[in-house]
Amino acid sequence: MRTLLVLIQKEFLQIRRNAFLPRLIVAFPIMIMLVMPWITAMDVRHVGVAVVDNDHSGVSRRIISHIGATDWFTLHGMAADYETALRQLERGQVDVIVEIPEHFERDMVRAEPKPISISANSVNATKGSLGMQYVLQTVAKTLKELQAERGLVAGASELTVVQNRYNPSLNYRHYMIPALMIMLMVLICGFLPTLNIVGEKETGTIEQINVTPLSKLTFSLGKLVPYWLIGLFMLTVAMLIARAVYGLWPVGAPGVIYLAAMLFILVMSGLGVTVANMSDTMQQAMFVMFFFVMIFMLMSGLMTPIESMPRWAQTITLFLPPRYFIEVMRAVYLKGTAFTELWRCFAALGLFALLFNLLSVVTYKKQA
Amino acid sequence: MKETAISIRELTKRFGDFTAVDRISFDVYKGEIFGFLGANGAGKTTAMRMLCGLSFPTSGSGTVAGFDVMREGEMIKRHIGYMSQRFSLYDDLTVMENIRLFAGIYNLTPYRTRRRAVELLSRLNFLGERHTLVGALPLGWKQKLAFSIATLHSPEIVFLDEPTGGVDPITRRQFWELIYEEANRGTTVFVTTHYMDEAEYCARVSIMVDGEVRALDTPAALKRQFATDSMDGVFRTIARGAKRAE
Repeated sequence: MRTLLVLIQKEFLQIRRNAFLPRLIVAFPIMIMLVMPWITAMDVRHVGVAVVDNDHSGVSRRIISHIGATDWFTLHGMAADYETALRQLERGQVDVIVEIPEHFERDMVRAEPKPISISANSVNATKGSLGMQYVLQTVAKTLKELQAERGLVAGASELTVVQNRYNPSLNYRHYMIPALMIMLMVLICGFLPTLNIVGEKETGTIEQINVTPLSKLTFSLGKLVPYWLIGLFMLTVAMLIARAVYGLWPVGAPGVIYLAAMLFILVMSGLGVTVANMSDTMQQAMFVMFFFVMIFMLMSGLMTPIESMPRWAQTITLFLPPRYFIEVMRAVYLKGTAFTELWRCFAALGLFALLFNLLSVVTYKKQA
Repeated sequence: MKETAISIRELTKRFGDFTAVDRISFDVYKGEIFGFLGANGAGKTTAMRMLCGLSFPTSGSGTVAGFDVMREGEMIKRHIGYMSQRFSLYDDLTVMENIRLFAGIYNLTPYRTRRRAVELLSRLNFLGERHTLVGALPLGWKQKLAFSIATLHSPEIVFLDEPTGGVDPITRRQFWELIYEEANRGTTVFVTTHYMDEAEYCARVSIMVDGEVRALDTPAALKRQFATDSMDGVFRTIARGAKRAE
């Protein structure tokens, strides 16, 4: 036990003496949390809208003014007809065309209007479909208001009630911030222990350790514990920034997040130590780590929902530890899900932590 | 009958179809300074690594400090000190921090750590440098410090792999004084070197060529045997036929 403390103290002394690491540990979470949420945000603003108003009624004017009132849209004025608007769309000046049919107001009262048509340029699929959604919601809201004012019965036009639960403003940032925290931990807690151990191999200091009676377990713990503490520190910094800057704080218990993070960091550093044990050079270790990190980033649901991946890919994600951490983070952050409902994720994380850390002890060879 | 500290028989290490160490057998007595000589690539370092429990022998048998080299590597490590030819203390830790680290690894009590630290630092005249980063010390000082840390836990045997490589003659002289002091305390010293004047300081020397031990005796007996007046002459005669070169 005293040996372990001496080893941990040694790691922290070395980190402190390093010209680069202390800055990285403090600056990295701050930078990721301040810059990345604005960049990775996929919510679409300033969708260019052209309106073809064939009705020229109170209702159509009201729809247009509502579209113009939000900063989701930039109203590119009125087009004389659909053809003109379509040319604007082709030239990329507008993204969505709203065409209000003739006699829309009159027919609306009679409860048999021709539908309003909404066309979107979907070359940029995200912008197209999201822009379309926004316009649809805005128009639907306007019509609903009108019906209420004029005492019309619902059903005058088929209206869908859209409700975004848990992330009411459909704020993509709120969806991405927990994911960014995970990226932070994947990078730092995966790469730093790897670099550290391969570094000791390259300078030859590990040989001096190998010729001592130090047990493999103590050695591995001596490498894991410092990065475990650093990881939790960075998570804390990231969470505080998310609260101060974006007003985002877990709806559920922060303790659940910490518990999951404690397991997840162990998974990542266990993997890092294993890779380092099996590599002789820095380059070799880095490439192997990149291989894993790429898969983790792209496949575990950080960017794209797992549910929309092909079935075979979904099966693969079951073997990716970040997947479970992401599930916990998003559930606790946005929905406030309790620990008891997430026990499967915790069990999976615990299993991976055990597996990778056993591997890290087994692959450490004191005698070759 | 003298007690042996190291006793090996037919110890062999093969890497694929390359035999780095070919059936070497010898005894090292307790408290003696044993010189382990050989040309570059003769297999000295590989042999030494097997004795220290860093490398598994392919075949053969033997004991180091009374423990089996095949099965009890970790037990051997409790009773030996090792200083590799590559300087391997932590450059980014101070002298004292390095001492404390290795004392911790060998499970020395805090009291004993302090006592041993003062003892070895004053022997080296290093007390004033105890808070200096090891990386900032001149090479000769580093080597002496590395030796002292290798003997920090008072091991029965200390292995030194070319400890004086790249060091000036005065420092080399001081280094050998440290080795003598350690041997006088009863520690067995197993040392490899390329300097033939250093070979003269050893109680007995062995000379390895192409993975085999070709000669083993006291320096005086070897010189008589090869009818020459220096260890240099002995080494040249034996190593002339070497097929392996680095």
